[in-house]
Amino acid sequence: MLLDVIFNAFNGLIVGSFYALMAIGLSLILGLNGVINFAHGGFMALAAYFAFTLVPYVGFWGALIIAPLLAGAVGYAVEQLIIRRLYLRDPLYSLLATFGLALIMQDLMRTIWGAQGLPLAIPDFLNQPVSEVYFFVTGYRIFVVALAILSTGALFAVLRYTRLGVRIRAGNADLETIAALGVNIYLLRSANFVLGIMFAGLAGILAAGQLGLTPTMGDSLIMPSFVAIVVGGVGSLLGSLLGGLIIGVASGITTAFYPAASEVVIYLIMGVMLIVRPRGLFGQEGLFE
Amino acid sequence: MNRDKIVMSVTAVLLLTVPFWAGYVGGYTDLASRVLIYALAAMGLNLLLGFTGGLSFGHAAYFGLGAYGTGLMLDYETSNTLLALLVGTLTGGLAALMLGPIAVRRRGIYFSMITIAIGQMFYFIAVRWNSVTGGEDGLTGFSRQPVFGLPLNSTQFYYMVLFFFIVGALLLWTILNSPLGHTFVAIRENQKRLTFLGIRVDRYVALSFAISGLVCALAGGLNALLDNFASPDDLRYTLSGDFLIIAVLGGMRNFWGPLVGAAIFVLVQNYVSAITQNWMTVIGLVFVLSVIFFPLGVLGFFRRRSET
Repeated sequence: MLLDVIFNAFNGLIVGSFYALMAIGLSLILGLNGVINFAHGGFMALAAYFAFTLVPYVGFWGALIIAPLLAGAVGYAVEQLIIRRLYLRDPLYSLLATFGLALIMQDLMRTIWGAQGLPLAIPDFLNQPVSEVYFFVTGYRIFVVALAILSTGALFAVLRYTRLGVRIRAGNADLETIAALGVNIYLLRSANFVLGIMFAGLAGILAAGQLGLTPTMGDSLIMPSFVAIVVGGVGSLLGSLLGGLIIGVASGITTAFYPAASEVVIYLIMGVMLIVRPRGLFGQEGLFE
Repeated sequence: MNRDKIVMSVTAVLLLTVPFWAGYVGGYTDLASRVLIYALAAMGLNLLLGFTGGLSFGHAAYFGLGAYGTGLMLDYETSNTLLALLVGTLTGGLAALMLGPIAVRRRGIYFSMITIAIGQMFYFIAVRWNSVTGGEDGLTGFSRQPVFGLPLNSTQFYYMVLFFFIVGALLLWTILNSPLGHTFVAIRENQKRLTFLGIRVDRYVALSFAISGLVCALAGGLNALLDNFASPDDLRYTLSGDFLIIAVLGGMRNFWGPLVGAAIFVLVQNYVSAITQNWMTVIGLVFVLSVIFFPLGVLGFFRRRSET
């Protein structure tokens, strides 16, 4: 029984890593661009399909680097063509535009790659279980969690120590002021959007290695990512990371005891958090209101 | 104003006579019922969205609760269609009344995210609670029963939908022209100022949330009766998105905007899905293009033209 609980909790940790990576990208875009990016799940799947197509040519590791960059390039085009026009309008419009975009992307991916699930080949040595008792702890799963934490750390360093990062944080605090100080906020927001999309891409490739690819793979991950942001607190990277991991593990443990409630529990956690502490774990008071 | 009256009269005559001409223009009566049902849901949502300024992305949940409530009543409890519809409507309305206060704890974009998430909770309950809801296959096994001895074929059911559409529209119209409605609009225009005036903004937004949820639930109940079926998709956030685009497409600052939006959306969806597999791309393009080029919606567009 204990092993069963550990097994499910560990599964939850993996899925939670995907939630966390998604939530971090969403949270970046929500912060500086002021957009709830409904197409995030679409970009995630797109990067995974890019990786699927690239693996025969450049191998898993090459695809892991190139595919998010390609997804980022598509993200840049989308930002230039659609999102940029909506910055000055009510958030309703960017929400609906990205929602429509999500439909288009899903449909096109289905047309190009088919509705059938596809496997993403991962290196053999990552597939080995680490020990015999804990058969479910494969190298790949450890790799997923480690990469989620590492890339969050890298993003944190970028935001903390580079000029781009300082500008992104300053823009979150007061966009008008940094515009007045001579920062090109349009360029900054494009860069930020692409950065967020690349996180979605990373999540997509990692998830595809574990769960396989379908055009709708983003659908089941994007909602928990919203919840991760609410639970962790808007505007906090650490919050998004922890929020994702917490709801992932909670959902996993629930699977061990009462599988039917494994999804609902995520929303219950959010409800409790909203009642007890509306700003989330690490959220700042009064942000985005 | 005179032109408005002419347009209203023509619309009223058209709506009253749908079953007689729908077939001649390539439509059918059930399609017109669907237009009215989606219009009613979007008008309910629009009380919150267009008139109170609350961007909810989860109103399909209340629509779906209305559908499941109505269907379950007919399945297990009663053969009285109207009673089932009443219970379904109240179920959705009650859920909105209870969840509104949680959602309004945050405002702005954050409010949208929370409403989506709350909506998805009901979706997963419907999918997972197999024994009651029928799970992913949806709720079947019920059909609309005669009302006052009248069997409800397509035409008669259309008039029943039209009746409830008018009831819902009258309710919303009355509210919007009462002091309560003026408070809602004032919140949309300047929330801070109302707070300073001592108005408890949260409570009013939650009330608007509840009323709009109630109207959505009524529409959902009618939708279940139209199909004799309730699907988990009735609760899903994609349907919430459809209701939003219906309101925006028609013109969310106009009372009748959602009716125009629903007519366009339902007809386009019906037509496009019949001719191409890639209908999702077309619907997606409707979203993107209307948001970029017609932010005021069809009615808003014409109104502005006539004013200038």
